[in-house]
Amino acid sequence: MKNKIEIKNLTKHYGGFTLDNVSFGVPRGSVVGLIGENGAGKSTIIKSLLGVINTDGGEILFDGVPLGRLGKNQRQLTGVVLDDVSLPSAVNLRELNTVMKNMFSRWDEQTFFALTERFRLPRDKKTGEFSKGMKMKTAIAAALSHGAETLILDEPTSGLDPVARDEILDILYDFMQNSGHAVLISSHITSDLEKLCDYVVFIHGGKVAVSGEKDALLEEYAVYGGNISDLDPAAVVRVRRRNYGADALVKRSMIPPSFGTEKTTLEDIMLFFVKGEKL
Amino acid sequence: MNISINNTSGVSLYEQIYEQIKNAVLSGELKSGDALPTIRSLAKDLRISVITTSRAYDELEKDGFIYSVVGKGSFVAAKGGGKALEEHLRKMEEYLAKAAKLAAYCNVDENTFITAARNALGSDNEK
Repeated sequence: MKNKIEIKNLTKHYGGFTLDNVSFGVPRGSVVGLIGENGAGKSTIIKSLLGVINTDGGEILFDGVPLGRLGKNQRQLTGVVLDDVSLPSAVNLRELNTVMKNMFSRWDEQTFFALTERFRLPRDKKTGEFSKGMKMKTAIAAALSHGAETLILDEPTSGLDPVARDEILDILYDFMQNSGHAVLISSHITSDLEKLCDYVVFIHGGKVAVSGEKDALLEEYAVYGGNISDLDPAAVVRVRRRNYGADALVKRSMIPPSFGTEKTTLEDIMLFFVKGEKL
Repeated sequence: MNISINNTSGVSLYEQIYEQIKNAVLSGELKSGDALPTIRSLAKDLRISVITTSRAYDELEKDGFIYSVVGKGSFVAAKGGGKALEEHLRKMEEYLAKAAKLAAYCNVDENTFITAARNALGSDNEK
């Protein structure tokens, strides 16, 4: 069972930033969350996946086929939603449908309008007049209407209210009822990813800092607020020192059960890795 | 079926699901042959990862509470299955111990006790 997307040793050098040997896969039937602070490299990874930028090393494969060798039909199997939703703004949904019909051989008008109805999007208003949330929902509807098996979403829920975010989560869950589908979603709203994702890849400073099954990661780590010197140093992953104390991200299995620890969240892991220090 | 999860409890999510389904099977709320939600529809319903629901179902199957048919889904196992049987036997012994204590308290002799047990079994079989 091949990975829908495979990234091997992806490397890209910019002036002040390097994406350094990033490797991970998006297995069939799974949702992979790409998390990291702004500037960590998430967008560079997504742009490399889409062939929008050249890379300095590594391989990108879709269903086992290298990016450079994908035919037009194969490309349509991947739906894309970027955060700067660049839809033609002077058209309404009817006209957009016509544009898309000509772009995609697998365009499914029925599906597109069923989705826009579900999202309560007006057909006769110019998309340029849509709110941010409406634009995002339009982009998602479009990405789901050309027979895509894999979805790549870059910050699809930024700037959206909780209700809109929940609606989008719902759509993604529906998409994943089919075990042949897969989703790669990049976000810094970790609470959304915490629900939906099966795997997370945490990018920090252009490298993969932590990755694995989401449940396993959240069980592996814990937050400890007691006296850090009481702990086995090998158990301490990162420390955040405060004025009146310190908190540590620890490996739960290396902490005696009697020492009280708190459950971690993806946000904790991110903050400890970014702002914490090693012992 | 009614399942809910608590994100802040110390118990891991897959264990919470396991316990709730197990209890529903043991209590008879879920009957032999009843279809369970697919792992994906349950994941959607609870807003969690499919890996979590899958793990809960794997454990339930391993312990004999449910079985899966490729392409069809998961179903509640027949009453005699694996751990379910163990649990029922354990409960039965627990109740018998209580009844025996009561018998001793009332000075009921062994024969009377056994006759009462037989009657209980007999009346149950007639149901």
